[in-house]
Amino acid sequence: MTAFRSLSRAMLRGFVRDRTAMVFTILIPVLFLLLFGSIYKSTSAPKVSVAEVGRVSLLDQAAAGSHGQLGKVMSITRTDSLAAALEDVRKGTDDAAVLQQGRTLVVRYSIADQVTAGVVQAVFASIVQQANQTASGRPAAYQLTVAQVEDKSLKPIQYVAPGLLGWAIASGATFGAAITLVSWRENKLLRRLRLSPVSTASVVTARVGVSVGVALIQLAAFLIIATTPYFGLKLTASWWMAIPVVLVGTLAFMSIGLLAGAIAKTQQAATAIANLVILPMAFLGGAFIPLDFAPAWIRQVSYVMPLRYLVTGMQNVMARGEGPASALPAIGVMLAITAVLTLIAVRVFRWDDI
Amino acid sequence: MAGVAATIAVRDLQKSYGPVRAVDGVSFEVQRGEFFGILGPNGAGKTTTLEIVEGLRQADDGEVSVLGLPAWPRNPALLPRIGVQLQASSFFERLTAREQLQTFASLYGVPAGRADEMLGVVGLADQAAIRTEKLSGGQAQRLSIACALVHDPEVVFLDEPTGALDPQARRNLWDLLRQISAEGRTVVLTTHHMDEAETLCDRVAIMDHGVILEEGPPAALVRRLDQPLRVSVESGQLPADAARALAARAGTAPEAATDDGVSLTIATRDPAAVLAGLAEHDALTGLRVSGATLEDVFLQLTGREYRA
Repeated sequence: MTAFRSLSRAMLRGFVRDRTAMVFTILIPVLFLLLFGSIYKSTSAPKVSVAEVGRVSLLDQAAAGSHGQLGKVMSITRTDSLAAALEDVRKGTDDAAVLQQGRTLVVRYSIADQVTAGVVQAVFASIVQQANQTASGRPAAYQLTVAQVEDKSLKPIQYVAPGLLGWAIASGATFGAAITLVSWRENKLLRRLRLSPVSTASVVTARVGVSVGVALIQLAAFLIIATTPYFGLKLTASWWMAIPVVLVGTLAFMSIGLLAGAIAKTQQAATAIANLVILPMAFLGGAFIPLDFAPAWIRQVSYVMPLRYLVTGMQNVMARGEGPASALPAIGVMLAITAVLTLIAVRVFRWDDI
Repeated sequence: MAGVAATIAVRDLQKSYGPVRAVDGVSFEVQRGEFFGILGPNGAGKTTTLEIVEGLRQADDGEVSVLGLPAWPRNPALLPRIGVQLQASSFFERLTAREQLQTFASLYGVPAGRADEMLGVVGLADQAAIRTEKLSGGQAQRLSIACALVHDPEVVFLDEPTGALDPQARRNLWDLLRQISAEGRTVVLTTHHMDEAETLCDRVAIMDHGVILEEGPPAALVRRLDQPLRVSVESGQLPADAARALAARAGTAPEAATDDGVSLTIATRDPAAVLAGLAEHDALTGLRVSGATLEDVFLQLTGREYRA
């Protein structure tokens, strides 16, 4: 077996057998995806539940005439008891109870949740409006068309998945490089390797190879989980371009880790430096707080955060439906970061502690 | 000295770290097949010397050749011919003993079968599947020596191999080191255990403050010290004045006879006279005769004051 292959295998084994590393690089990001994904999912679909007391023909007509559109904002349950329905509204089980008295639609709602109360009133007002207009037998004089500014497929998961994935890859690559460098210097394995005929390039390439492999596993895990119907991530045409973005991103963050490991004397110091770099970036670089929803100052600051380029590069090609070329500026910036930081790291690099 | 034929030739080595002259004019030669020890207190410069000879550091001045080749700059043609054992913990994380050895073997292009063979040589065949973090100190040390030997090097460097081992593990390791030397390899060892150097090394150099103070076979260094022998027997077999008279008869000052209540000890350069005298008094119970050791040579050369 060649030195390169056996070094790669030794490092991969070391990584796979390290429970802490596995938890931090794979398990925790996936749990974050579950958590963030669920939070954004529930807030994105506010649906009012309405108890239909007796037969409400106006509501039935509206439901039938809306081609299922009404079902998206309202779920309807039928009941015959007004008292039971009102009790459910008070308890918050239902948002409103509706009954029809001749030509009058009576809606009873709770003021406990003002937003929902507003939605309930608006929806029923529009139903009555629609019925009046239909009853008049004349075509509507005015039409309303609404459309959101984003791509229709741009649900929160389209931001959340690339953001969290970027954070996971960034921390995996940074910590991997920093801790390997410091622990190998501490236990003198670096010097031992220097005294064997293996080339520095083989050692470095093997380490980079392992990190890139880990990043691709993270990518695969995220794509598999986020594209399940529960999360509903829809990959856009040039999603494959995320692979080179991930590769270059891994290099950029490894160079950050390399620098941290070259500066730090102990593993604790290396971990602290890496945390100091990664954690603020997670919040300010678009990973935890999607940049589109972030305050303006965060968007400004994000331009100096390397994580921004990894996250937006992936978002553009896998979630926004932009072409493969849209990731190129991010790739360029990350390559430049890699080159500059690696150069600095090589200058401050030491084989041992003296 | 054999000059060009020397396996290791070091001439007038100089190395400073800032104002500290870590190595200040060190010269020595090691012949093929020799077991050479570098002794010295902490901070004497022995590790720096060893690192320069191994090719890990560049000397400020002086010449080093190993197997006829310069040690610096890093020479990939020389590296497969030398084996270096650094520390018991210089391993890849979370690999078993066998995987560790196989990885090191592959760095030298040695087939994996040789790794299994080496596990047997260092007596770790039963620990092959155990992760290195879980090995005992002695086992880890044996494994690190196996890693240094897996490519069958001609010259082996061992830096304080028995550092933190218990007496059983140390003696056990000595047998292994003797075996390595008996196979015809040249071995260079640094240690501050004098008994270790005395039993293992053909020749030692005692270093302090960056210079070699004394060099030669351990027995010759001890003889050169010319210290009196210490003859001791169990206390209470001989009255104090009889002991002093005996010391005087053997040509030493009467004060050379001391009794601490446990042992009566007489320091002498004429052990025959003392022993004959003790035999006359039938006072030989618990007899011990001890000469100077390498440790006495070491302490005389480097002083007795404690250094952290």
